[in-house]
Amino acid sequence: MKTWLQILILFGSLSLLSIGGGNSVLPEMHQRSVNDYQWLTDTQFADVFAISQAAPGPSILIVTLIGYKAAGIFGALLATVAVIVPAGAVVYLVSRFWEHAARSPIRHAIEKGFAPLTVGLVAATAFILGRSTEHDWRSYLLTAVCTGVFVFTKTNPLIVVAIAGLAGFLGWLG
Amino acid sequence: MNDPVSPEPSQAIKPSLWALVWTFNQIALASFGGGLSAWSREVIVVERHWMDEEEFLSASTMCRILPGANQVNLAVFVGAKFQGIPGAIAAVFGLTLIPVLIVLLLAVLYFQFHHLPSLQKILHGAAAAAVALTLAMVVKTGKKCLHGPIPILLFLATFILNGVLRWPLLLVLAIVGPLSLIWAWPRPGTK
Repeated sequence: MKTWLQILILFGSLSLLSIGGGNSVLPEMHQRSVNDYQWLTDTQFADVFAISQAAPGPSILIVTLIGYKAAGIFGALLATVAVIVPAGAVVYLVSRFWEHAARSPIRHAIEKGFAPLTVGLVAATAFILGRSTEHDWRSYLLTAVCTGVFVFTKTNPLIVVAIAGLAGFLGWLG
Repeated sequence: MNDPVSPEPSQAIKPSLWALVWTFNQIALASFGGGLSAWSREVIVVERHWMDEEEFLSASTMCRILPGANQVNLAVFVGAKFQGIPGAIAAVFGLTLIPVLIVLLLAVLYFQFHHLPSLQKILHGAAAAAVALTLAMVVKTGKKCLHGPIPILLFLATFILNGVLRWPLLLVLAIVGPLSLIWAWPRPGTK
C-alpha cells in the first residue's frame, strides 16, 4: 500500500516534470528508485533502461519495468498509468488553444528557449547511465562507436543494440 | 484507407474511436527498435491524411515541449482533435497496449533471470548501445539549437546541475527555465 502510493506520487510528478520527453526525468527517476526507495540496484536500472529502449513503443515504459520490480504486475500498471495521465491531461488542455496561439510570444519563447535546456537534461541522462554501467575503456569504446553509428547512419537501433549485446555475450567487454 | 485525393484532409476525415486505437497500435508495432516519431508521421500524414505536414509539425513541437513522452502526447493530441477525451484515451490505449504487454513479459523474464552471468554480459553490451542512443540524441538535437554562447551556457548549466551535481529536477527547472524564457522572448526589431 505504501509502495503503491510512492509509485503513484513519484511517476505522477515525474510525468508533469518530463519536459522534452521521458529521458529528461531519468536522472531524477534513478535518484528516487535506486537511492531513495531502493526498489532496484544501479545495474538493474541501467539494464531496464536498455530493455525499454529496445522494446517497441514509447521508451517511457521504463516505468513499467521499475513498477514491476517495486510492486509486481499491479505496480507495473500503476506506474504506467501514473506516468501517462497527468502529462496527457496537460497536452489535452494545451491542444485546445495551441493553434490559436500560433504567433504569441510565449509560444515562441517556449519553443526556442526550452530546446537547450532539454538537450542538457538528456545529456545528464547519458552521463548518469554511462557512469552506472561503464567501468572500463572497452565499454566506453563501444558506446563511442555506437554513438557514431546512430549519428551518421540510419541503422535500426534494435540491430545496434543486438550487436552490442552480442559483443557483451562474447566477453569483449571484460 | 488510402484516399487518393483529399484537399481538406483534417476537415474531411473524422476517424472513429476504433480507427484511432487501430492506427496507433499499428504505429507502435511498426516502431520496433525505434523511429516511433518517424512512423507517426508516415502513418498520420502520408498514409491516412489525418493531418497535413504543417499541422503535424506544429503538433509535434508542442508535444516535444510539454511534459510527457512525445509520442504519447502526440496520440493525445490527434485523438483529442477528432474525438475529444474519448479519442485521446483510445489513441493512447492503441499506442501503449501491446508495448506494455511486451515490456511486462520482459520485466518478468528479466527479474527472473538477471543473475545469470551470460544475460548480464548481454545487457552490459546492450546498455552501452542504449547510452549511445541517448548521446546521439544529444548530438542531433544539440546541432539544431546550440548556436551561440547563451544557449550553450543554458545547456551546460542544466547538464551540470542535474547530471553532475544531481540537484533535484524541479530546482534546476526553476533556475534555468525562466532564464531560458528571458533569452528566447521575441524582442521588437530583432529576428
